[in-house]
Amino acid sequence: MNYSGFRVFWEGLTGNAGWKPAWRDPDPRAEYDIVIVGGGGHGLATAYYLAKEFGQRNIAVVEKGWIGSGNVGRNTTIVRSNYLLPGNEPFYEFSLKLWEGLEQDFNFNAMVSQRGIVNLYHSDAQRDAFARRGNAMRLAGADAVLLDQDGIRELCPFLDFDNARFPIRGGLWQPRGGTVRHDAVAWGYARGADKNGVDILQNCEVTGFQIDNGVCKGVETSRGKIRAKKVAVCVAGSSSRVMERAGMRLPIESHVLQAFVTEGLKPIIPGVITFGAGHFYVSQSDKGGLVFGGDIDGYNTYAQRGNLPVVEDVCEGGMAIMPMIGRARVLRMWGGVVDMSMDGSPFIDKTAIEGLYFNGGWCYGGFKATPASGYCYAHLIARGEPHPVAVDYRLDRFRHGAMIDEKGAGAQPNLH
Amino acid sequence: MQKVTRCVQPRRTKVMVESTFRLDAAGRVDRSHKLAFKFNDRKYVGYAGDTLASALLANGVSIVGRSFKYHRPRGIMSAGIEETNAIVQLLGDAEEPNVTATTLPLYEGLEARSVNAWPSVNVDVGSINNFFHRFIPAGFYYKTFMWPGNRWDWYGRAIRKVAGWGTAPRKPAGGRYEHRYHHCDVLVVGAGPTGLAAALSAGRSGARVLLVDNQTEAGGGLLGSSAVIDGSPAIAWVADSVQEIDAMPNVVRLAEASATGYYDQNYLTILERRPDKSWVKERLWKVRARQVVLATGAIERPLTFADNDRPGVMLASAASNYCLRFGVMPGRTAVVFTNNNGSYQHALELADSGIEVKAIVDLRAQADAGACAALAARNIEILPRSRIARVKGAGRVSAVDVISSNGGNKRRRIRCDLLAVSGGWNPNVQLHSQSGGRPEYNADIASFVPGTSPQDEMSAGACRGQFRLSTCLEEGRDAGLRAASACGFDECDEGIALPACSPEPDLDILATWEVTLPKKSSRAFLDFNNDVTSKDIRLAVREGYRSVELVKRYTTAGMGIDQGKTGNVNIIGLLAEITDTAPGSVGTTSFRPAYSPISFGAMAGTDSTDLIMPWRRTPVTDWFIANGGHLDETGALFRRPLFIAKPGETAGDAINREALAVRNGVGIYDGTPLGKISIKGPDTVTFLDRVYTNSWGKLPVGRCKFGYMLHDDGRLLDDGVTFRLSEDHYLMSTGSGVAEVVLKHLEKLLHCEWPDLDVYLTPVTDQWAVLCVCGPKAREVMLAANTDIDVSREAFKFLDTRFCRVAGIDARVSRVTYTGELSFEIVVASRHGRRLWDALLSAGEKYDITPVGSDTSMLLRTEKAFIAAGLEGDGYANIHDVGMGWVVADDKTDFIGKRSTMRDLNIGGPRPEIVGLLPTEKDFVPSKGSPIIDTDTADEAQRMIGMVTIGFHSPNLNRSIALAQLRDGRSRMGDTVTLFTKKRLATAQVCNPVFIDPDGERMRS
Amino acid sequence: MIIEHPLLGPRDAAEFTYLGDAAMIDRPDWQSGDAIREFHDYLYLRDNPAGEHRELWFHEQGDRSWLVVTRNTTTHEITKVELARDTALASGRHR
Repeated sequence: MNYSGFRVFWEGLTGNAGWKPAWRDPDPRAEYDIVIVGGGGHGLATAYYLAKEFGQRNIAVVEKGWIGSGNVGRNTTIVRSNYLLPGNEPFYEFSLKLWEGLEQDFNFNAMVSQRGIVNLYHSDAQRDAFARRGNAMRLAGADAVLLDQDGIRELCPFLDFDNARFPIRGGLWQPRGGTVRHDAVAWGYARGADKNGVDILQNCEVTGFQIDNGVCKGVETSRGKIRAKKVAVCVAGSSSRVMERAGMRLPIESHVLQAFVTEGLKPIIPGVITFGAGHFYVSQSDKGGLVFGGDIDGYNTYAQRGNLPVVEDVCEGGMAIMPMIGRARVLRMWGGVVDMSMDGSPFIDKTAIEGLYFNGGWCYGGFKATPASGYCYAHLIARGEPHPVAVDYRLDRFRHGAMIDEKGAGAQPNLH
Repeated sequence: MQKVTRCVQPRRTKVMVESTFRLDAAGRVDRSHKLAFKFNDRKYVGYAGDTLASALLANGVSIVGRSFKYHRPRGIMSAGIEETNAIVQLLGDAEEPNVTATTLPLYEGLEARSVNAWPSVNVDVGSINNFFHRFIPAGFYYKTFMWPGNRWDWYGRAIRKVAGWGTAPRKPAGGRYEHRYHHCDVLVVGAGPTGLAAALSAGRSGARVLLVDNQTEAGGGLLGSSAVIDGSPAIAWVADSVQEIDAMPNVVRLAEASATGYYDQNYLTILERRPDKSWVKERLWKVRARQVVLATGAIERPLTFADNDRPGVMLASAASNYCLRFGVMPGRTAVVFTNNNGSYQHALELADSGIEVKAIVDLRAQADAGACAALAARNIEILPRSRIARVKGAGRVSAVDVISSNGGNKRRRIRCDLLAVSGGWNPNVQLHSQSGGRPEYNADIASFVPGTSPQDEMSAGACRGQFRLSTCLEEGRDAGLRAASACGFDECDEGIALPACSPEPDLDILATWEVTLPKKSSRAFLDFNNDVTSKDIRLAVREGYRSVELVKRYTTAGMGIDQGKTGNVNIIGLLAEITDTAPGSVGTTSFRPAYSPISFGAMAGTDSTDLIMPWRRTPVTDWFIANGGHLDETGALFRRPLFIAKPGETAGDAINREALAVRNGVGIYDGTPLGKISIKGPDTVTFLDRVYTNSWGKLPVGRCKFGYMLHDDGRLLDDGVTFRLSEDHYLMSTGSGVAEVVLKHLEKLLHCEWPDLDVYLTPVTDQWAVLCVCGPKAREVMLAANTDIDVSREAFKFLDTRFCRVAGIDARVSRVTYTGELSFEIVVASRHGRRLWDALLSAGEKYDITPVGSDTSMLLRTEKAFIAAGLEGDGYANIHDVGMGWVVADDKTDFIGKRSTMRDLNIGGPRPEIVGLLPTEKDFVPSKGSPIIDTDTADEAQRMIGMVTIGFHSPNLNRSIALAQLRDGRSRMGDTVTLFTKKRLATAQVCNPVFIDPDGERMRS
Repeated sequence: MIIEHPLLGPRDAAEFTYLGDAAMIDRPDWQSGDAIREFHDYLYLRDNPAGEHRELWFHEQGDRSWLVVTRNTTTHEITKVELARDTALASGRHR
């Protein structure tokens, strides 16, 4: 069933009775060519691209709970490609380009809203760092504009420019950055994958791997054993727990990142704004809520709940750049468990176990990577070779000293 | 029956709607205290004690808002925090978006207007959406607006304009927000009968008790109830209890204070509105409680039937509450629609308040037998096995159509202007859930009750599903005693005496998740705020969104302003019905903070404006501010001058002037922010050997040495000079930005890894002011400043450090430099810093001593290629890249980071090495961060081969210069490379990075 | 969260900063033949358990001691707090 304005109109006339399930609810088969562990954004995207772009037909996605129940439905919905390092920037730019054609590609409106992202700077040193980053972005074919204070004033006249503790001097603007309706990404990929024959198996938890002489031959699940030629894990915050069942230790810690939304307000924030002197980023959803967040809580946790100090810190950041939102009220706050890697950059790689693949370490930035992560993972699984924009996302990069450390913060996950 | 009176119009208001729904006696409003207010530009009057909602009802205002999607007219539905329809924008100085009229106390001059309606709430253009509702069911937007590709913005812009509720004020709020910490033994949340009983009992035991309640006065449900305690109105018991509680020195009671968040280890946030101090807007209490008693009550839920959102449809308990608490009739002629016994009492209360109650439409077969006689006495008809099929009236209920299965399913129309509904009661389990508990379904009340919590918390009364007043009092008392006893206060084992209460029937609820809809096109609302209907839920399930979380996300049900307080259980129930499971196995979603919305301001507290992160000063900061210093953030919260401009000078002028002065005359620089760590103890040398890459065994007293410190992963952590001040006293200087990081790193090593080392660290950054006199004439200035030691080249060598007096001040002077010139770094106690600065300025006057800013300092070190952490050593580079391999001692056994520098990519293959650049065009200054590119390759990932780390116009060389990281840079000396700049490509020649005095003659002079 | 400081009693976790797994105490022997691999595992690999976790917290805005805290990563319940120095000494960390 193709979604379109006409279909919506027709169904309206006929009592909306003709809508079919967006995806099937099949029983697990005994064997697949490829089993993807994790029905989040990345897993569903991987299945979608495997089926659609790489001609794979016999694929299952196994998900412990319901699809999209992890971080794809808990983030602050920002997409951007404003990275610095050569190992990262081309990948994220590839991702942004995929976002740009996504709705047509999977026939589901994920509301890709490119209203721009601006990273404010408050000192000369920050301006220089952003200039460096902007140049790296432009070299990789992305868009970047270094704005001075007047430029920011034009974009966001409501900010506190001069009286603030950290006066706003300008910002790095990526006009093509923006937001995407997060849940719709999972649903769009799920529907697209299902259309291409992928079995999406919900409430199917992986309890173990069948590993024979260093070769992975399938998974054990709460719904029985499933044999597979290739098993591809992408379970974000649960990475260490799942990979432990294959006997692997990872360069990953699980942390909680909180996110927040206010009551609906009439349009005020044009795109995405980030504060340069603290941790605060904000955008406004299509429904009007200010969606915002800040830093991770900073300690290992698997509880999807954060604590108060970070909440205060984030709200202080908001008050610092736009004190007029003091009276806007936070409606809901929640936490997601993120897989913080040791250098702040992800992994898309084979493992030492033949037939077992791993995708993770997305830290708090996996949402924007969803399309490229899925595409590159699919490329790796189908072709056996990494996609050119993801060659550096190796699991063994620390052995060689090939870190991809955007912040230059070192081997301490909570600093990234 | 009470007589209805007309409210007297105050003289000064011209347009005044008569307050025709006000009862003349009942309620807790103060009729002697009139308050004028404006709603949607019309003037009205109410009384002290009213909420905006009760005052609007008293004035007969029925439409107060419009719904989110269909813009259907909506009236006041509840009397409390769960309100989803009466959302208003507060105007004037107190401007505030999205205020629920039902919780807003009325005040003189209040101005508010409806949100989400244009041009007005009565005539709203957006209501055209209601006409097209069939084309915009749940999730329709996921299926359209996709043509032409990637144009969502085009649609989004239009959609965003009509979305959203209130408007964020454009100016900051007046007044301030503050935080307060509070510790108590027992925190009681809710001051209804349960909470009062708990607080009284715990209070009498002697425990420190905090009692909070989100209403303006204590009493909870008893404020609007006809219940009787010990033969008197229940409110008298409330008054007595409050009086006793307020007299207890160990009990603190807060009104208008909501518990918004429940965090780990019984840490709760309580938001107090309108606290005692007039300049405090809101106060956030951060409470640590040893025990928490949740007495948060329950919220009545509506029934799901066709057009259940018409203005005039109100929760039965709310209707009764308006009569009894506010003396306001929410209508004149009422029908009650219910599935439980609780509404019978409400029907009686409405009737006794003067409302003509025509009938109770009961979905159940059996009505509450106990109430029949009383109802009959008031001519209230009971219609069992009946349902409401239709609600007439667009702007206000005018009649309902009732179908009784007893009566052969015939329709019967009953005229009324109020439909009081009850679908049962939802215990407020939100805080329990926030604490980590998992609510469980209880079929007896067809709702969720608390499960077990991992925290020291207990629920009592209605929030545990116990709705009978006598049970609430008993549970409250027991909970209060148990909590106090758990804190060691078990002397008082009686608590309060349990009073006699009027008898109440069982709830006897018939779980009803959707009342049969009369037509295909009928809509029954579940989430009024987000306009989600039962059909939307069915559609979602049909489309495969079967998990409760998926249903909520797809339809947005339960995500409105009330966060599902009224709708959630109905949604779960309906979902269970559709998918043929039990509500308990559908499960409930986890509740998250905030229980009720909390403002940014309250969360931030006083940590706003200048207090967010107060900036640091040195003893000289005031001088810079007064003398043209251009201050900027330079790390570690210091604001330092980038340059000190004379009148009329540009930044470039000033930097050139300062740089020339240092190379040719003398400059003075405030280096106070430099990090300083005092290190003492017999094992100091061993320690330094391990944390620095070089060896420290041979450093004599009175000398200093440059050191290079690595992270465990081999990257540069810090570089700096360490002085040996005495036999076992060393002073380490660190970069100002990393002072804290270095100290923490060193402390960690001593505490966790080398506990056997006898070494003591003390951070002394702020204790010492550091002033640096630099330039060929620096020695003359030192002499002129009466330095009382021999400062000659022979007696006071480069890298010497001496204790002495400068300008009569005890000081330590060192021959160290960051400019490459003859330099004296003078360290005095901070309190003498400004005196020394002034003395040096006057001593240097005849040498034209020039204060120098940090941009100039940066230029000078660039000319010398002294590495700057954060630029050349930028967190990616290793020690060899920055050309500092000479600092690694060959003979040294081990140091932090050694193994990591031996990984293959660090020892083999191309590395980004630091080189100098001479731009082909002498006037072209490459900006920091400009990439160096390989123009021969098309591969984007390989194109960038380096980057300019800093560029300047050097007045001393009279041309532009730069430092850069360049792949295999040291083997490219003399090559021409291409720079990628903002506007064009430029070229530069690779050269030795040390541009001035490569042999270091000047600094040793 | 509240951390029961062995010297100071209960302190708010906001006074502390967090480093990570307490295995960071056990620096490998730099002279080991396999030192480069051992340092890699020490620096970069983590057990990251769901459940009981021994971890290093630093009382940065307090007495600046380093603590080994045993905490459950699924409930945040803290069951044991020791001075890292004691732990290090007990495990024979002195070279």
